[in-house]
Amino acid sequence: MAKTSNISSVINKDVTCPFCGILCDDLVIQNQGETLKVLENGCPKAVASFESKQTLSSPKINGKDVPLSDAITAMCDILKKSHNPLFSGLGTDVGGMRQVMHLADKTGAIVDHMHGNALIRNSLVLQDLGWITTTMTEIRNRADLIIFAGTDAKNYPRFFERTIWNKKSMFKLKNEQRQIVYIGDKLNSKAGTNPSGKPPTTLNCKTEEIGEVISGLHALVTGATLDVNEIAGIKIKTLHTLAEQMKAAKYGVIVWSPAELDIPHAELTIQNFCEVVKYLTRFTRFAGFSLAGNDGATSANSVCAWQSGYPLRVNFNKGYPEYDAQRYSTHNALKNKEVDSLIWISSFSSDVNSPRASIPTIVLGTPDTKLNFKPDVFIPVSTPGVDDTGQLLRTDSVVSLPLKKVRQSPYESVNTILKQVIERM
Amino acid sequence: MYIKLTNGIVYDPVHGINGEHRDIYINDGYITRKPTSNTKICKTYDMKGKIIMAGAIDIHTHIGGGKINIARMMLPEDHAADLVEKTELTRSGCGYAAPSTLTAGYRYAEMGYTACFEPAMLPSNARQTHMEMADTPMVDKGAYAMLGSDDFFLRMLASKKDQAAISDYVGWTINATQALGIKVVNPGGISAFKFNQRKLELDELNQYYGVSPRDILKSLARAVTELGIPHPLHVHGCNLGVPGNLNTTLETIRAVDGMRMHLTHIQFHSYGTEGDKNFSSGAAEIAEAVNKNPNISIDVGQILFGQTVTASGDSQHQYAGHWHADPKKWVIMDIECDAGCGVVPFKYRDKNFVNALQWAIGLEIFLLVDDPWRVFLTTDHPNGAPFTSYPHLIRLLMDRSFRNDMLSTINKEAAAASTLASIDREYSLYDIAIMTRAAPARSLGLKNRGHLGSGAVADITVYSNHKDKEKMFSKPDYVFKDGELIVRNGKIVKVVNGATHTLRPEYDNGIEKSLKRYFDDFQTVSLGNFKIDDDEIVEHGNGKIIVQPCM
Repeated sequence: MAKTSNISSVINKDVTCPFCGILCDDLVIQNQGETLKVLENGCPKAVASFESKQTLSSPKINGKDVPLSDAITAMCDILKKSHNPLFSGLGTDVGGMRQVMHLADKTGAIVDHMHGNALIRNSLVLQDLGWITTTMTEIRNRADLIIFAGTDAKNYPRFFERTIWNKKSMFKLKNEQRQIVYIGDKLNSKAGTNPSGKPPTTLNCKTEEIGEVISGLHALVTGATLDVNEIAGIKIKTLHTLAEQMKAAKYGVIVWSPAELDIPHAELTIQNFCEVVKYLTRFTRFAGFSLAGNDGATSANSVCAWQSGYPLRVNFNKGYPEYDAQRYSTHNALKNKEVDSLIWISSFSSDVNSPRASIPTIVLGTPDTKLNFKPDVFIPVSTPGVDDTGQLLRTDSVVSLPLKKVRQSPYESVNTILKQVIERM
Repeated sequence: MYIKLTNGIVYDPVHGINGEHRDIYINDGYITRKPTSNTKICKTYDMKGKIIMAGAIDIHTHIGGGKINIARMMLPEDHAADLVEKTELTRSGCGYAAPSTLTAGYRYAEMGYTACFEPAMLPSNARQTHMEMADTPMVDKGAYAMLGSDDFFLRMLASKKDQAAISDYVGWTINATQALGIKVVNPGGISAFKFNQRKLELDELNQYYGVSPRDILKSLARAVTELGIPHPLHVHGCNLGVPGNLNTTLETIRAVDGMRMHLTHIQFHSYGTEGDKNFSSGAAEIAEAVNKNPNISIDVGQILFGQTVTASGDSQHQYAGHWHADPKKWVIMDIECDAGCGVVPFKYRDKNFVNALQWAIGLEIFLLVDDPWRVFLTTDHPNGAPFTSYPHLIRLLMDRSFRNDMLSTINKEAAAASTLASIDREYSLYDIAIMTRAAPARSLGLKNRGHLGSGAVADITVYSNHKDKEKMFSKPDYVFKDGELIVRNGKIVKVVNGATHTLRPEYDNGIEKSLKRYFDDFQTVSLGNFKIDDDEIVEHGNGKIIVQPCM
């Protein structure tokens, strides 16, 4: 392991950033004496995350520093006594998630992700009527009308740079030909101004009203007349104009971010997006695109689906997987006392706190994790894509990227720690 | 450490062994010649009266990659009745038409299969395909990279780049995606759909690139030949599922000018337009063409009645088929200016004229193609039916009276429109050994698989010779993988991982210069990250890589 001198002052190119769901993979990162500097293509989020100093931390049992092997033993003890553990957070890469699934199966656990609420909003739509979707390279080269519904993509800082405003596109689509529309509440439309200065169109409404606005547009594109003057404060004339734009688009895209549609039954709003897309596809091309997948959420959902058969919120307690998007949420499982131990995993971000529960709690977190309680066991873990190689799936659930190791870490990965736990269970 | 299988009845078509008593010796995972008399045999299995074949090989089964994972996520109702409990040895899982990866691997092994090949790996989704295959235990696996609607290739073809450059790109793709072959799906049609073209005939031009499916097929078939890729170009043709596509298929066979070509799930491409319902069997013409053209191999993509889900790269025809979705939900995706996919659940009904005739057409093709070396047993899992229906399909092929009994239960008009009742042929065990072992191994270039000769990998399946062939093939007595006993009486006794088979065709790496520029200009991943390192499969994928030689 004493390779520090070899790896220092190294410049890594084509580094994948694991800190949001669009996985930009063009970062240039310098490692000088284990201090990282993002030399190129870092958004503020990437810079803050890669350049944050490695915190000194230690595995802990009830707040007291212990060797890692003791912490793993304590974790095994808790899991052995537990009848229905809850593995949540799940901020890890494909390798880590594979071990989570193995261990959950072995211990009869529930699995849910910290962004589970966002994930299931999409899952419910997929399972009800399905959808037509697209991916980033298609948008980048093809999309001439992009409607941001309830999101301005600011949580995905380079989305516009990497997929919309391009120097070149495969089919000679020019930036001036791209129309950007925002529908929603207090959206920052600055990024939607095209490089030659043409501003986007913004339709303001409350998040709860977006579904209604889209339904109105759906009615209009079918040729129906609506006997109202406005919907959610937006004039019908404005909606007519947009409906005509949608019909005239060669390749239109509706972008949503399930996390930002934080309203009851957001799945119905998302379904409205998907159904108007389907209708438009009868005569032109249209597609949906979901911006999500932070903290390895897309990877967790996909690995869960291929290993168990179901997307997230699965319970292995009966010895086989059971799926229930509501009942097996972290919130409900804890509230309804369905679980008797909690294993919280967060290896990308330190600012998502583990829920505080009155059951034995194990936290596998970044070394700088700040908790407002003392878990029974705390194990600092390395971050995939910074401290370890690995793989992550991008928000579109199609593209996955390799993660590089750009610095030495004294901490082990979720993957290797859980492997040891599985071996000892 | 020698193992001996004694007293068994061996079917090994590669060596012309047709039901002969032979002893088989295994050492270090391989089949060997009879050792000298002073060699210690550690374990002897008495296989008296049992049938011994090489492990079965599925040349076309959608077991991994994005579209199957979409099917899993979309269809919890598919899984609810098919829950698989964990055991001391095996992990839990579920699913009927779209099973979890682990469950799929276990089920294949328990049916006597030791290798499975994913036919539609989109280069942009290749990493995930390998992840899912790595999590499919028990069997060896591999995948064919899908080309033909990808912008880079179409661009080269449109600008009349010379064939050598196109072959370099194809070779690069095989290497970059760790593939074992090349598949083309609805050549150019997936791309055309993104430009809002709703169909693409063999000689119709993609409106943007100005190239036709015929141009694409010829170019890719030539590339596969020039690169020495053992498996011929794997072709899912134009007009899938469209009545009258029989003529497209016949024309497709003529289009490749005698170059080797594998036409996959040909049942879906063998439809005429005769009769009151403008839907008829083209099996006789298709079989005749296959019989006459030794450069052509096929797999059938048999449909069997019941609920399933269709998952295909052919977004254009899956979109057209979405009106028939059952249950009424479906997914279409455009993917990375590279490919696409469509996932549409479907229920084949025996009393429905079209479905019943599809069933008969598949069987007619099986029975009218003379050479079992050129027709492989598939249901295009899960598109025609889940792979777990193979034993039933084998019985349909081997047992004429059973077949006719089934025929008498389907839609009467369809039964009357089919020639199936007049076909007497019954497949023999030797034929089955060819079409499920020897032939797929030969077609894929797996020299030491699919047979039981000295030097072969000891992937071996042992059956009881039941009269009911469905029963026989459902539950082998023994399955050996790399010489280890992994299944006994149809149940897993040892979990293994299986390897990933790939190729490393030689090509001029100068192509990377233009690819680098192309990725920088247009793509949303970098060229370097697009490529899949061995480590990602070996270290991150619980597997090993076997590089098969090119021709």
